[in-house]
Amino acid sequence: MSVGQTAAVTLEHATVQVGGRPIWTDLSFTMAPGEFVAIMGPNGAGKTTLLRVLLGLQRLHTGTAWVAGQPPRPGNPAIGYVPQHRGFDPDLAVRARDLVAWGLDGHRWGIALRRGATAHRVDEMLDLVGAGAYADAPVGQLSGGEQQRVRVAQALIGNPDLLLCDEPLHSLDLHYQQRIVELIADWNRRRGATVLFVTHDINPVLTEVNRVLLLAGARWTAGRPAEVLTSETLTRLYGTPVDVLQHRGRVVILGADLGSHAALPDYAPVPE
Amino acid sequence: MNTDLWQYPFVHQALMAGVITAIMTGVVGPFVTMRNMGFAVHGLAEVGFTGAAGAVLVDASPEIGVLVAALVTALAIGVLGVRLRERDIAIGAVLAFGLGLGVLFLTLYTRYATEAFSILFGTILAVSLDDVIRSAVVAVVALSALAVIYRPLRFASVDPEVAAARGVPIGLLSAVFLVILALAVTEAVEVVGVLLIVTLLITPAGAAQRLTANPAVATLLSVVICLVVTLGGITAAIYTSWPVSFFVATFSFAIYLGARLVGPRLRAPRALPASAPTLSARVPDHDTGAHRH
Repeated sequence: MSVGQTAAVTLEHATVQVGGRPIWTDLSFTMAPGEFVAIMGPNGAGKTTLLRVLLGLQRLHTGTAWVAGQPPRPGNPAIGYVPQHRGFDPDLAVRARDLVAWGLDGHRWGIALRRGATAHRVDEMLDLVGAGAYADAPVGQLSGGEQQRVRVAQALIGNPDLLLCDEPLHSLDLHYQQRIVELIADWNRRRGATVLFVTHDINPVLTEVNRVLLLAGARWTAGRPAEVLTSETLTRLYGTPVDVLQHRGRVVILGADLGSHAALPDYAPVPE
Repeated sequence: MNTDLWQYPFVHQALMAGVITAIMTGVVGPFVTMRNMGFAVHGLAEVGFTGAAGAVLVDASPEIGVLVAALVTALAIGVLGVRLRERDIAIGAVLAFGLGLGVLFLTLYTRYATEAFSILFGTILAVSLDDVIRSAVVAVVALSALAVIYRPLRFASVDPEVAAARGVPIGLLSAVFLVILALAVTEAVEVVGVLLIVTLLITPAGAAQRLTANPAVATLLSVVICLVVTLGGITAAIYTSWPVSFFVATFSFAIYLGARLVGPRLRAPRALPASAPTLSARVPDHDTGAHRH
């Protein structure tokens, strides 16, 4: 397949198993450079696993994966990664600026002596995400929204072509959700970076995404939000009645929680 | 009491061993607190006791016994407790088995009681020049290894998901750090003994991180605190003839309490927009940052 050479992300007939259990099967999905794709699906549908495959941390059972025409490998400097939110110990002697700097040079051997260019770049990134005021604060004492901004700065400092974001809006209030989406969308538009964005709520990114990838256990589907987020598609995908309502430009999904909180009924056997 | 004591070689040797141990434990300690490895430290030390008892039984030096036992235990913990959730269980299993052996060794070797006591509570005032040289070699090896892995180890300890994504070999670093930790434990056993090991490997680092959020400053403070309590402890013991480990543990605890009292003022998290000096390091759980934009 020639697309594998030029696409930002390519998965061909990819199947992943964790502990012998298939997470998703026969996933074929290609992202053009600069595309913004939201990944949605219930708990355990393999959203994080998909990001881990692209990071080179999870091997495919069958099928192939490429990132910018290369097999996935850990340490690929062209990838920026915003992991799922996890708090830090409030007493940890690590500042916001340390976390951001690690995004650039944390993997290098030796003792960090950051001077000049690196320190300047860290300040630049902290200012970009509006975290300059708490650059020297212990990360464990920042609020969830502040930590997520620092995370975004950490992911962007390496100037990535591909940005993998795992629920970056989780537990944030609307104001912070907007700020984070703006930052990532801005990077997507101005730098032409490809964005893969795991979210349980499509609304904060509805105007930014080109396509939605829906994972539903063994099955999946992808397309523009208006095509995919319909009662018919979701009902078929989940094998249980799902209603999609449009309300003032927002999408409300009833009958199936596509997020990480409530469990969706276990999916029915894959139709042949 | 007796200033002439300062001329005796055993005092000089104790002070030299103290300085070496303090530097080593001061640098390693922040990683122990950062990686929540307090139980591992305790486990390594207690199995070190078994090593010492076993070494005496076969007529070897107890220090070598501690070293070998700590290294073997570190590797066993590393192999058995690969995943974080399993780690404490693996440590508990290895520790209990090791101490069981230690009891057996003690029973088999009846005239062991005094040496057992010194391994349990430290022997710093009895170190020989050979001991000092061996300590120095161990410290140089361990600290050199730590210098090589320093930055990625910090990254992996605090932020393992992103570190793995950035290509940091998490498993390898954990294993190497366990070996470094085993060496640090061996050094510290000499000063404060098996039972008080955390007074050098956890308390000073805990105090330091209460005083600053700057990682480099925290490590420096941890070393300084280790030096103060170790040298202070040796000095106090010489003047009072009370045990060194009692003083080290007491000074260490006092510094930790002091750091908890003044810490919140030093670790002010941010410059407030109103430029008012902030006295509280606590950030409310909910976001108060909205007004900044």
